Amino acid sequence: MSELHLPGTQVPDNRGYFGAYGGRFIPEALVAAVEQVAEEYEKAKADPAFAAELDTLLKDYTGRPSPLTDVHRFSAEAGGARVLLKREDLNHTGSHKINNVLGQALLTRRMGKTRIIAETGAGQHGVATATACALFGFDCTIYMGEVDTQRQALNVARMRMLGAEVIPVKSGSRTLKDAINEAFRDWVANVDSTHYLFGTVAGPHPFPMMVRDFHRVIGIEARQQVLDRTGRLPDAVVACVGGGSNAMGIFHEFIPDAGVRLIGCEAAGDGADTPKHAATLTKGDPGVLHGSRTYVLQDEDGQTIESHSISAGLDYPGVGPEHAWLKDTGRAEYRPVTDRAAMEALRLLSRTEGIIPAIESAHALAGALELGRELGPEATVLVSLSGRGDKDMHTAAEYFGLYDDAEGTN
Amino acid sequence: MADTKLTTALAAAKDEGRAALIGYLPAGFPTVDGGIAAINALIEGGCDAVEVGLPHSDPVLDGAVIQTADDIALRGGVKIKDVLRTVAEVAAAHPAVPVLVMTYWNPVDRYGVARFAADLAAAGGAGCILPDLPVEESAEWRKAAAEHGLDTVFVVAPSSQDARLAEVTAAGSGFVYAAAVMGVTGTRAAVGNLAEDLVARTRATTPLPVCVGLGVSNADQAAEVAAFADGVIVGSAFVKRLLDAADQDAGVAAVRELAADLAAGVRRT
Repeated sequence: MSELHLPGTQVPDNRGYFGAYGGRFIPEALVAAVEQVAEEYEKAKADPAFAAELDTLLKDYTGRPSPLTDVHRFSAEAGGARVLLKREDLNHTGSHKINNVLGQALLTRRMGKTRIIAETGAGQHGVATATACALFGFDCTIYMGEVDTQRQALNVARMRMLGAEVIPVKSGSRTLKDAINEAFRDWVANVDSTHYLFGTVAGPHPFPMMVRDFHRVIGIEARQQVLDRTGRLPDAVVACVGGGSNAMGIFHEFIPDAGVRLIGCEAAGDGADTPKHAATLTKGDPGVLHGSRTYVLQDEDGQTIESHSISAGLDYPGVGPEHAWLKDTGRAEYRPVTDRAAMEALRLLSRTEGIIPAIESAHALAGALELGRELGPEATVLVSLSGRGDKDMHTAAEYFGLYDDAEGTN
Repeated sequence: MADTKLTTALAAAKDEGRAALIGYLPAGFPTVDGGIAAINALIEGGCDAVEVGLPHSDPVLDGAVIQTADDIALRGGVKIKDVLRTVAEVAAAHPAVPVLVMTYWNPVDRYGVARFAADLAAAGGAGCILPDLPVEESAEWRKAAAEHGLDTVFVVAPSSQDARLAEVTAAGSGFVYAAAVMGVTGTRAAVGNLAEDLVARTRATTPLPVCVGLGVSNADQAAEVAAFADGVIVGSAFVKRLLDAADQDAGVAAVRELAADLAAGVRRT
């Protein structure tokens, strides 16, 4: 284990670097705004009133702490290993995304800005952002790839119900990457009035650190809940990784626990060895995308390669820089999970436990099934159930043939 | 600092009592050879320097016009070696005219910083503009650029505070690129008052020429900017001429004609 992973060691450094990854690769027009975010976040961290207000929101609005659920029938399929789910799906708005959004919404108010923009893939971050904007009275614009507005139409309707403007992005791959591009273009033009409420642990410093910090509550709660429930630490913590926010949130508190394996499940689409996947840490190379140095799916000329996943939230050719660092130091492991394995896990959890997970989270469940079989019945595996699957019912219905008169593809 | 092809060209315009005209087009658009012809036409029409864009999959600072051109170039298969060939052919055809490359950072990072600087210099390139590489992340590039006699042009913005302007201009060479509206690239109807203020604040920090890019598309706007800046940078308006043309020859002719109009604009007194 790298000495940088020892307790009490602070990362990133003051330039936003986690080892070789991170930093701040942004146009000059955004330098002042990004510095303002960094400075205001440092002030907020030192202000007990900020923490108190956020804690109140997390408790009374989000419904924290989220429960820890033993899933006995599902565990039987995981080699008998004890599987525990951290239930971020039960948060208000249906995913972990609200943790970060409420923190940044408070920060936006401190900065005196009145308009928020955000990108969204699956729509979970967009819904959470639209929710906070309704709560705080901010104008809200959400950028979403056109492909994703179609496969996550329910979340588009939810965002519009909440008063947000949803702009389908028609450039490039028409997915999350291009939604981020378009949000940056908006921010450059409207930076005086607007905060870009970035939704994952990527982007320029301080976003990877700040978004992680707002999600640390997942791991802090879960670590104590597992100790209280089982009397010991889990053998492994498993989470899905697109940009990697729920994974950083649940991993972070466990980093100093050398005996706890941290396992991120990337979307492998048709397979990590096919052209259609989003397994950035498995198949990518270091480069710069969306403001930070990290692993990127790219060609030999530094052009981004389009990613593919059945999960809109994991369909991204980059990843947060702290994950890149955790991979290189060996503190975390990253595994590819195919569309098929994720969908099978989605169906299994639904039918054994009565819990329909988001397709994103189903990648972590598939990873847990594999890991449980490797570790055997003495093991305990903690899984981040980052979101609920309501939004995915159209995709699942088509995949499994759940509509009347329809045949599934599987 | 030593004279370079870029500083010499800008000084020559200044000696004529006028602002320089700097034209931008992406390489590989509409084809590699068509792009070379169009960039040569920029110079033949009257540009004092040119910027060759390296098309990118994620042009986050560009508006719809340049996004479309980049997309056409990439779908046509343009590679970094084609960009370097474009630089080489334009530089060979116009030995006195500085040819810069304007590129997002990741292609340079991926190609290899030292290798890119060496190959650009070998092609006859004069320097680079790297709009998403802030000064803080630029040390490796600047070292490589200096070793190969390349200028590094940094961008400043209306949101840059005075102390920040001083940091940025101290790191750059050739000229300072004042991106004088807040927003992505694209033509605009009015020059706006942010530009003149930014030029004045930038000049207070550096002896370098300050050239302005803000969506200029015609001779009147060029003349207006030329009255307070050392150079006028035009990109999207040229790209649009190529996009709107019936065929490549008509596009190249339209680019040459616009360059001549703008060159007359910067010479108005």
